[in-house]
Amino acid sequence: MSTIEVNGRTVQADAGEMLLTVLRREGIYVPTLCHMEDMLPTGACRLCVVEVEGIPGLVPSCAFPVSEGQKIQTHSPRAVRARKTIIELLLANHPDDCLYCARNGECDLQDMSSELGVRQRRYSGAHWEPKLDLSSVSIVRDPAKCILCGRCVRVCEEVQSVAAIDFTGRGTDSRVAPAFGAGLNVSNCVDCGQCIRVCPTGALTEQSRFKNIFDAIHNPDKVVVVQHAPAVSVTIGEQFGLKTGTDAAGVLNATLRRLGFDYVFDTSFSADLTVLEEGSELLDRIKNGGTLPMFTSCCPAWVDFVELEYPDMIGHLSSCKSPQQMLGAVTKRWWSKKMGLEPEKIFMVSIMPCTAKKFEAQLPEMMHEGLVDVDAVITTRELARIIRLRGLDLANMTPVEADNPFGERSSSGKLFGASGGVMEAAVRTAHFMVTGKELKMPRLQAVRGLDGIKEAKIDVGGIEVGVAAVSGLANARKLVEDIKAGRKDIHFIEFMACPGGCINGGGQPIRADHDAVKARMQALYNIDKDAPVRYAHDNEYLKKLYDEFLGEPLSERSHELLHTTYGRRQAEY
Amino acid sequence: MSTTDVSTNDIVGAPVATTVEDVLSRFSGGNREDLIPILQAVQNSTGHLSRESVLAVARHLNLPPSKVYGVATFYNQFRFQPLGKYHIQVCRGTACHVKGSAAVLESLKRILKVEEGQTTKDKLFSLEVVACIGACGLAPVISINGEFHAGVAPDRVAGILNVYRRRAKNG
Ligand code: SF4
Ligand code: SF4
Ligand code: FES
Repeated sequence: MSTIEVNGRTVQADAGEMLLTVLRREGIYVPTLCHMEDMLPTGACRLCVVEVEGIPGLVPSCAFPVSEGQKIQTHSPRAVRARKTIIELLLANHPDDCLYCARNGECDLQDMSSELGVRQRRYSGAHWEPKLDLSSVSIVRDPAKCILCGRCVRVCEEVQSVAAIDFTGRGTDSRVAPAFGAGLNVSNCVDCGQCIRVCPTGALTEQSRFKNIFDAIHNPDKVVVVQHAPAVSVTIGEQFGLKTGTDAAGVLNATLRRLGFDYVFDTSFSADLTVLEEGSELLDRIKNGGTLPMFTSCCPAWVDFVELEYPDMIGHLSSCKSPQQMLGAVTKRWWSKKMGLEPEKIFMVSIMPCTAKKFEAQLPEMMHEGLVDVDAVITTRELARIIRLRGLDLANMTPVEADNPFGERSSSGKLFGASGGVMEAAVRTAHFMVTGKELKMPRLQAVRGLDGIKEAKIDVGGIEVGVAAVSGLANARKLVEDIKAGRKDIHFIEFMACPGGCINGGGQPIRADHDAVKARMQALYNIDKDAPVRYAHDNEYLKKLYDEFLGEPLSERSHELLHTTYGRRQAEY
Repeated sequence: MSTTDVSTNDIVGAPVATTVEDVLSRFSGGNREDLIPILQAVQNSTGHLSRESVLAVARHLNLPPSKVYGVATFYNQFRFQPLGKYHIQVCRGTACHVKGSAAVLESLKRILKVEEGQTTKDKLFSLEVVACIGACGLAPVISINGEFHAGVAPDRVAGILNVYRRRAKNG
């Protein structure tokens, strides 16, 4: 323990701790742009500078270790002036189009210039109008708005081990871009959207197209059906002033109806369906000597990563489509019949915590008899924008249930929204399938929480099954390498590209820190704790779907509609 | 492209008839510290860093292509377009600078419609800026495939280029 003095106040800190960490803990705000939680500081942006007695220059607090007796001024006139100048320089060639920017009102640069009292353009940099990169189906890059903080580069490389983008050129020619300045679509980007989540400005956003959705809603010939993913109900509230970690499922359903959707379904239903199909596939592989360990396939960014980086491991991927696609398929093929509707008349919109789902939905292998499973995908953030556009206040709706049959769900399906949740749900059902009995302890603590790699050994009717849940693609790479090197004690691995799972997905509300992600996760655990139906195999409408249409898991019809195939992919610069 | 068309003097770094694969086989360790030496060797052998060679280097070192490209673009010694039939080097050393080499460079860029490091559409000229060429007495100096042009005034640039254009036409 050391004692330091900050702004005349005595503060305790661990020697060697970074000053910024201490300041944050003490509730003392200094702005930062390049700083990232849980990562080594780069000291690139210099916004976090403070004055330390005895040191002539200003020091960046994010990269300054504290030691006994230091006297620090965080808001001396000199420090504040320096910060203001930095912001003014960043604004020198920044486009003045906040009004039209997707990040208007949620932009760090905007906030900081306002906090620091920037009221005029003091510097004017060379004007340049780089091209928007609209090549990706999920991600838009606007280099004009990039302030070169490097956060996206670090997330893509250090957290995702993809490194689709990097700094190119130098000096005034520095840019962040894929190799050869190419479009993201030809790079090795896996559409995870983590770069959007960390970008402080509007330089990275999702591909946003609403028009076809509104057209469908206003088209009397279309039946417009919406599904919302398990992780959406526990984050959408943040955009409407609800406490982080509030489950807003009821008001979300109500809002979606008010937006004009004819039917509101819950993707957690098809998460339950995935549990049955994937659980059966696992047992089948174990029984019949199939490829093990089996990898989950519900995260399209992860699947994309395997196809690009580990094509030799494709055989490990479960053949199950993701819940989003499964719900689209059963809506168009089964529900439509029950409703006496032509499948062509159904327009399926899904609301996802994810940008990669946009990519997934348009893959040719997701077509069935000329029809896509899902017609349009929007992120949680985009939904919030639409709701505001229509002048609705989500927080003040009267909660309603989603529509049956696909409004019914077990809390297992809901758990899909957090890393470890798919595993937990699958283990519950696999145990039941093998033993005919429910687990004594449905809660699988070992795969809960925010750790990147979580492992457990589970006794399923006398067979010891090794399972793991991994989130973040750099962690995924680690475990895949272990397996390639011969690790044999794991049979089933859940992979999610986004750290912590879909609750921290690339399409989720921006600016969630560690605590916020934890709160979102806890919200899902709370739903599970109190749920009347906790097992996927107890979902009544799911049983009906099997009785009336699919037969049994892995049936021919299941294979046709709910399973898919994969293939090697390559960046095509 | 026949090798005689391309400058083979030391300043350009004599392209010899080797392939990227040959170069990579000389750096068999797959050592990431070799990145810059490898890029230099590839450029020396093939005249520039093509997409294919950047990708090959990335594969060889097991590095993401974005990293290799990022490093390569950081240094202005690397060029990403093949050399033209005539490779122009503009000296921007101190003596040439004092004698007005900036204006010479501007005039070259304007006439050829390329930036430094680039090659004209007709593949006739490529433009490179070099630090002192070691011919300060001739300042401002440009070298075209190793032939030195001394005391170049901006308004002489067009005439000099035309000499090479004619030469190209007459084979
Ligand atoms: S979407 Fe993911 S993979 Fe693509 S550039 Fe962003 S962080 Fe990298
Ligand atoms: S795109 Fe965004 S996150 Fe990436 S360097 Fe630019 S401003 Fe930073
Ligand atoms: S946050 Fe400290 S230098 Fe950027």
